[in-house]
Amino acid sequence: MDDAPLLRVRGLVASFRTDAGILRAVDGVSFDVPRGATVALVGESGCGKSVTALSILRLVNSPGRIESGTVELEGRDLLKVPERAMRDVRGKDISMIFQEPMTSLNPVYSVGWQIVEAVRLHQKRSRREARARAVELLRLVGIAEPETNVDAYPHQLSGGQRQRVMIAMALACEPKLLLADEPTTALDVTIQAQILELLRELQHRLSMSILLITHDLGIVAENARHVVVMYAGRVVESAPVGDLFSKPMHPYTLGLLRSIPRAGAHSGRRLHAIEGLVPDLRKLGPGCRFADRCPMRVERCTREEPDLAPAGAPRGARASRCWRADEVSP
Amino acid sequence: MSDPKADLSRPGPGPPAERQGDGARSPTLMATDGISKYYPVQRKIFSPSDRFIRAVDGVSLRVRRGETTGLVGESGCGKSTLGRLILRLVEPTFGRVLYDGRDITRLSQRELRPLRRRMQIIFQDPYSSLNPRMTVREIVGEAISIHHLAGSRAEETARIAQLLERVGLRLDAMDRYPHEFSGGQRQRIGIARALAVEPEFIVCDEPTSSLDVSIQAQIVNLLVELQETMGIAYLFVSHDLTIVEHVSHRVAVMYLGKIVEQASAGALYEQPRHPYTRALLAAAPVPDPERKRVRLLLAGDAPSPMDPPPGCAFHPRCGRAIPGTCDTEVPRLEETAPGSGHVVACWNPQKD
Repeated sequence: MDDAPLLRVRGLVASFRTDAGILRAVDGVSFDVPRGATVALVGESGCGKSVTALSILRLVNSPGRIESGTVELEGRDLLKVPERAMRDVRGKDISMIFQEPMTSLNPVYSVGWQIVEAVRLHQKRSRREARARAVELLRLVGIAEPETNVDAYPHQLSGGQRQRVMIAMALACEPKLLLADEPTTALDVTIQAQILELLRELQHRLSMSILLITHDLGIVAENARHVVVMYAGRVVESAPVGDLFSKPMHPYTLGLLRSIPRAGAHSGRRLHAIEGLVPDLRKLGPGCRFADRCPMRVERCTREEPDLAPAGAPRGARASRCWRADEVSP
Repeated sequence: MSDPKADLSRPGPGPPAERQGDGARSPTLMATDGISKYYPVQRKIFSPSDRFIRAVDGVSLRVRRGETTGLVGESGCGKSTLGRLILRLVEPTFGRVLYDGRDITRLSQRELRPLRRRMQIIFQDPYSSLNPRMTVREIVGEAISIHHLAGSRAEETARIAQLLERVGLRLDAMDRYPHEFSGGQRQRIGIARALAVEPEFIVCDEPTSSLDVSIQAQIVNLLVELQETMGIAYLFVSHDLTIVEHVSHRVAVMYLGKIVEQASAGALYEQPRHPYTRALLAAAPVPDPERKRVRLLLAGDAPSPMDPPPGCAFHPRCGRAIPGTCDTEVPRLEETAPGSGHVVACWNPQKD
């Protein structure tokens, strides 16, 4: 086994042209996804986490575009391969599942037809073989009576079942990397637990890497090995999951952790809130993007933006983009 | 099979309202008494319907003055319909709503109008619940003029300015349109609109579900602060147990149109008795990587309310179901101990 990460993203920049100027939704993002592990990409709406995932698959469409950076899958820079070759990567090496399974499935085809299409796009199989594979995949993702439900249409299934179908399609060619963009946000909490359990089990069985994009730190704690926290297009902190929760080294991460209501902890009725709002990405100053809302702000923070620098001890495992990273304390 | 008339003779499944309380607390502001909403299922066009979806089925719930009652459940359990029944935005099939001791179920819309001033609602989606063609001034000012709460235009403007300040918006928001605001700010506009008529009761229907966690905390804190300073009572409807626990004095758990457990917030979270409540609590992801996951996975989906299982509606997914009892007889809400105020509808509730 080599130790090189499966996916290595470096200096990724993706921007959108708007009436009010260029907006860099992803601005110099770097992180790794090791083999067989789950890395969580965390942040609030508009922080650039979904655009990062779409950039990995080169699915950022006009008026957006990828400006610069590298996305290396097993050493091959996906931003340089021809579009034709990229089509083989999508679905075969890297698959993606989305938040809303109703809008990601085609309502006029049976779920079996859609899985068969995904299988036959990348593998030389007859219709009959592909259909057998579809039934097998539906069984793998825990759909009851797969022989019957292979002919069901999306509207005949519940939200949880549709997400299972999406996962079956994504896994059709046993990808090395699954990009899961808020895969359970639209689901009820008991169904969410089922889907996350399924993903953990499939990851184990297929030794697949997962980039889990979520805003829910509870999901992060229970599923990820490493966490990348994004804010306003930047990575602000990156750390192994245990370290991040026990000793966050960026004030934004700390603020996020403290704003979650916790069951059983009756500690007064007020929640810790991060005051203020996310900055407008078209009107950024020279300083740290979190400075306006930061309780630890000093004069330097509004003047000069810190780099994402190694932090904590031992050096190397984690990084923080804060002038006062070592002073952050829960 | 579901003849709604048969249910009329059946007493409501909830205990009398008097027994639900926690002793001497603030007086009841709103109580429902076996409130139900059945929707007919049209199987053939033009043929009379003989089947019903029991969206809300015999619910007795109370909200005390200045307090928060939390209402938790998954999608389709009837929690939003219950909130709308209480405000009579949806007409009940059976049962009564008592507001400040008065039965408002049979009041005409005209008779209801003075009461509308006292009860308001905040919606989940601040994007679709604000008219995009109205300025913030018009949105917040509409109810003020309907209820003649300001003597002059200048007075109305002053009142709107005061409300905006109250919910943490800047005064220059007044002449802007909803699309110019973020989700959290829009929710503040929705709250300002609800506060415009000085209500004493607000139904909060998933008020933070579409917001980011840091913004959710801002809105929750605002709601808590308004309660503390203005004595507003809330019915806080949400699918998120942790947020409900945080804001509520009492919490009711709904499953398939019925309340299955109700207790003080502390008791419900520390000693949940109903297997469904326990499953909900176990399914919520906990932001602590050191904690061992407790495996209590519920199998399958919630059944369709059109075709609920016989007996206890939860029995097909329940690990504690007793064959011959749970699948044949509907359990009633009963107190776990006399005077505890903790009620549960289960044949085999969890003991300590």
